Amino acid sequence: MNEFIGSMDITAKGCNLYYGDFHALKDINIEIPEKQVTALIGPSGCGKSTFLKIFNRMNDLVEGCRMEGEYRIGGVDIFDKETDVNVLRKNVGMVFQKPNPFPMSIYDNIAFAPRTVGITKRSELDEIVERSLRRASIWDEVKDRLRKNALGMSGGQQQRLCIARSLAASPKVLLMDEPTSALDPISTGKIEELMEELKKDLTIVIVTHNMQQATRIADKTAFFLLGELVEYGNTDDIFTSPRDERTERYITGRFG
Amino acid sequence: MRVVFLFSAFFSILALATITMFLFVSGVPFIAKTGFAKFLFGSDWIPLADNPSYGIFPMIVASLYVTALSVIIGIGIGLLTAIALYKFCPKKLVAPIRQMINLLAGIPSVIFGLFGMTIVVPFIRDYVSPTGVGYGILSASLVLGIMILPTIVSVSLDSLNSVSNTYYEGALALGATKEQATFKIMLPAAKSGILAGVVLAVGRAVGETMAVIMVIGGSPERPTSLFQSVRTLTANIAMGAMESSGDTLSALIATGVVLFVFTLILNVSFSLLKIDKRDKADGKKEKRGTKK
Ligand SMILES: Nc1ncnc2c1ncn2[C@@H]1O[C@H](COP(=O)(O)OP(=O)(O)OP(=O)(O)O)[C@@H](O)[C@H]1O
Ligand SMILES: [Mg+2]
Repeated sequence: MNEFIGSMDITAKGCNLYYGDFHALKDINIEIPEKQVTALIGPSGCGKSTFLKIFNRMNDLVEGCRMEGEYRIGGVDIFDKETDVNVLRKNVGMVFQKPNPFPMSIYDNIAFAPRTVGITKRSELDEIVERSLRRASIWDEVKDRLRKNALGMSGGQQQRLCIARSLAASPKVLLMDEPTSALDPISTGKIEELMEELKKDLTIVIVTHNMQQATRIADKTAFFLLGELVEYGNTDDIFTSPRDERTERYITGRFG
Repeated sequence: MRVVFLFSAFFSILALATITMFLFVSGVPFIAKTGFAKFLFGSDWIPLADNPSYGIFPMIVASLYVTALSVIIGIGIGLLTAIALYKFCPKKLVAPIRQMINLLAGIPSVIFGLFGMTIVVPFIRDYVSPTGVGYGILSASLVLGIMILPTIVSVSLDSLNSVSNTYYEGALALGATKEQATFKIMLPAAKSGILAGVVLAVGRAVGETMAVIMVIGGSPERPTSLFQSVRTLTANIAMGAMESSGDTLSALIATGVVLFVFTLILNVSFSLLKIDKRDKADGKKEKRGTKK
């Protein structure tokens, strides 16, 4: 069995992905450093979500999805026979565009992942719940209503709850697919602060349509276009002196 | 034209009112005459004796047993079938299997009865029953369990499908197995819909007559074993209805009143479940949460 220990950098080599006959990702090579925030940007339909979902193997669920290439997280080949997909997903958390808390109490939401690995001791769960909620800086807002249904929270709170829920599985990588696109500016600000904090321990990859957000939070930025990785580098360089003309046109809003 | 519409709408209400009136007008006085307790809790049904006795308690008990056991069988198999069709079988097979299960729903109950008589009862008699009797509660429950399968499968599957798939993906993304995601997240989220389906199935099981008569034996005895000829409320009415008159007929109608009340209770709980489902999003659960 392959285990995820040590560094948590992400690499993709010769990545090609097809939905049936549709060639969605074309020959992508990338090395994403650990404990940094990497933003994936690009126009709608260019394959950002598709690329992101490779790393927790959520594309496995998509019928007719075919892939080539080599994908490693912390050196581990994530499609290797010896890699347990559920262990991979415990190590590589995902936050979705639309907050998706389970229709149950806040406590049970957070305790879900630990319970799936057989943790049942009350004191242990209590501790994980508190720690995860604190890390997602939402503990103070919800500590008095842990038993309330999570669906009663605001959208911004729900999204931070989902982040806390991922953290409860002790991931080393966090994939975020437009985590703030459904949120107001204040909630967005909170989540951006949170990412700044979390990247001390976690590798974060975030898909965003918001250029300002990318410049605010991302150390590295990758620009995708029509399934290709057009340009990848330090965020500062991408936004101040892009090498590719298409990147420049996109970030200056003069695209298509 | 409007009159026609109005009359059509009125027609079912009229039918319901007539049936209710008929049942209560002919049944309730008889219950009163016999004595409420004596009728409901009396243990002897000998309507044709010189000194007749009209106790339907054995049949109430038999009905409850048959219903409970058939629903347990139906839920057991039906829920697992629904779960299998939900995420655990090749997508291509889902539609044809559903179609076949729906066909099962269309088979007339007398054919289920025939099947029970010629296959289930002899099988139970020869291989299962310790007493050598094949008729009885177990045979009836098996046949009924199969009959209510389509209801349970299709309602459960619909309820599961109506739960947002984002929950499922969320659970898998947390490293849960398919089984954990289904049983810990999707099934609880679909609970109230499934429960409504179960109530519907219970209603069908309580009311089913033909198939039950053919496999239950028919003796109006207090059930003490799963392998013993007994009689349900519905069987009681159907078996006596052809040749009865006078007090005996009234006793059958009174049995009908009891049955009617049973199904009424089931219908009301079904509606309540549906309302509960609608309310769930807005706050009911929260109230419960604050108390703790
Ligand atoms: N399950 C699927 N089956 C077939 N095609 C798909 C599937 N999912 C995505 N695609 C296609 O693959 C391409 C990339 O989709 P993807 O969702 O990755 O884009 P995206 O960059 O995330 O877009 P957006 O910014 O709108 O979220 C699109 O053309 C889309 O239509
Ligand atoms: Mg997307």
